Amino acid sequence: MTTLRRDLRLIADMVAPGSRVLDIGCADGALLAYLAAEKNVDGRGMELSQAGVNACVRSGLSVIQGDADNDLPTYPAGAFDYAILSQTLQATRQPRQVLESLTRIARHAIVSVPNFGYWRVRLGLLATGRMPHSSLLAHSWYDTPNIHLCTIRDFLGLATDLGLVVEQAQMLDRDGQPWRVRADGRAANWLAEQGVFLLRRAN
Amino acid sequence: MNPLSEMSLSETIRRANEAAAGRTLVVDAPLTLESGAVLASYRVAYQTYGRLNAAKSNAILVCHALTGDQFVADTHPITGKPGWWTTLIGPGLLIDTERYFVICSNVLGGCLGTTGPKEINPATGQPWGLDFPIITIGDMVAAQVKLVDHLGIDQLFCAIGGSMGGMQVLKWATAHPDRVFAAVPIATASRHSAQNIAFHEVGRQAIMADPDWCGGSYFLEDKRPERGLAVARMAAHITYLSEVALHRKFGRNLQDRKAISYGFEADFQVESYLRHQGASFVERFDANSYLYITRATDYFDLAAEHGGQLAEAFRGTPVRYCVISFTSDWLYPTSESRVIVHALNAVAGNVSFVEIETDAGHDAFLLDEPEFFATLKGFIEGCARHRGLI
Repeated sequence: MTTLRRDLRLIADMVAPGSRVLDIGCADGALLAYLAAEKNVDGRGMELSQAGVNACVRSGLSVIQGDADNDLPTYPAGAFDYAILSQTLQATRQPRQVLESLTRIARHAIVSVPNFGYWRVRLGLLATGRMPHSSLLAHSWYDTPNIHLCTIRDFLGLATDLGLVVEQAQMLDRDGQPWRVRADGRAANWLAEQGVFLLRRAN
Repeated sequence: MNPLSEMSLSETIRRANEAAAGRTLVVDAPLTLESGAVLASYRVAYQTYGRLNAAKSNAILVCHALTGDQFVADTHPITGKPGWWTTLIGPGLLIDTERYFVICSNVLGGCLGTTGPKEINPATGQPWGLDFPIITIGDMVAAQVKLVDHLGIDQLFCAIGGSMGGMQVLKWATAHPDRVFAAVPIATASRHSAQNIAFHEVGRQAIMADPDWCGGSYFLEDKRPERGLAVARMAAHITYLSEVALHRKFGRNLQDRKAISYGFEADFQVESYLRHQGASFVERFDANSYLYITRATDYFDLAAEHGGQLAEAFRGTPVRYCVISFTSDWLYPTSESRVIVHALNAVAGNVSFVEIETDAGHDAFLLDEPEFFATLKGFIEGCARHRGLI
């Protein structure tokens, strides 16, 4: 069996077997390959980096070169059961439109975001007076692709604004282990390094 | 006197073709062309490699480009050069002829055995010349369908081709989605741009401006518009290469001389190279075929055939697509491939898309580009697994 990064494994667990999945920002296709092998999923991918796309196609995955901001609008409504956006929303130009697109083209969206409210991030800025670094935010301020960072609370606020239903929310600690804590509580916004959300459009 | 020298060149080509033991399908049934004209009967010259399996599920149709031919993986009967995709197709190669049955046919309107303007018009006993009806990419595919029927194949495992070959692939996969499992259109477009048409028009005008073209009836005068055809090839050849590749290869280097000649000889290597390209091309290609085939690509517009919506061409398609473009291809740039990909996305089609980084220009699809081969191999193997071939 393929070994998978913990947060990706958590995402995979949210996907029903035999479903149609679009993985946006699929990198080297690890999640898609896992879903195809373990869950018999009909998977498609989208990836910005050409090296990533080529690696995916080389391994037999259906992946196109593209990005969430420009290419999601080309898909029809309800084309997929799940649209997955892992650790990418904060790097899009229009996160609000992207989140809308995800829930338009798929019945469910699975989105993971780094939590800018995580205590280490807050403390880093407070103590050093410099832009925070963490395992999920590894870049310097001048070369980071992460241009729209948010906290767990911010993300839930946007989901509410868009009329989305949070079907599942998993708060992950530094090791990618799920934390048994309510996503909409104070603790989650301090303690989770990232959140993984299963969302759908309210009917 | 050498009897060969008494033969017209087209006769030489015909005999060479027959001698090369290429196979020919003779269809004694009319073919109604997209223009409405009817070919009462026609021939399709083709080559095959490998063996068709018992389930007839391992056939790969290779569609050739504008000036290509069916000799994709063996020695060309006229030039004696290796086939144009011998890097890709053969035993143990990416398209392994020990696993797949590879078919490549000369397109309708071509000049290597398939019915085209230099073949004899049964109604007159003379070569067709400009009496040959205008043909389209769709007509080329219709003739290939007859060939695939003749070979007893219900569904091609894969249709693959670059440039005009890619247009045939798109036509195959959209007109016969149930007969193509996987489609690989490479360095191509869903329609010809104004610039594409413009370059073709330059080529055609060069041919027609040659007095030896004789209004298209040069064969009656025992002439050949070699200068016009050579110029057409020279102009086209520039579009197949990138500026970077051309400069790297030739720069401003002089040809067999130490200084410029203050004249119009081929002072520069690039001139000499183009003249050679033109001269060698006329040995193997018919000028009228060049007119007809360039016209067919100009007329190609897949969206127009579907109410102006390209996505409609792909609606409900079960075909697995792999669209490939090259960064330095300015003849069929990546943006054209993206149009195809977005149309496939719009119907949630199964599509992979890779843009290969290279400075080789449009011709990159004919070259040994490792990244191109690696992705193509991955796609074909992935499809073969789904099709139960491996």
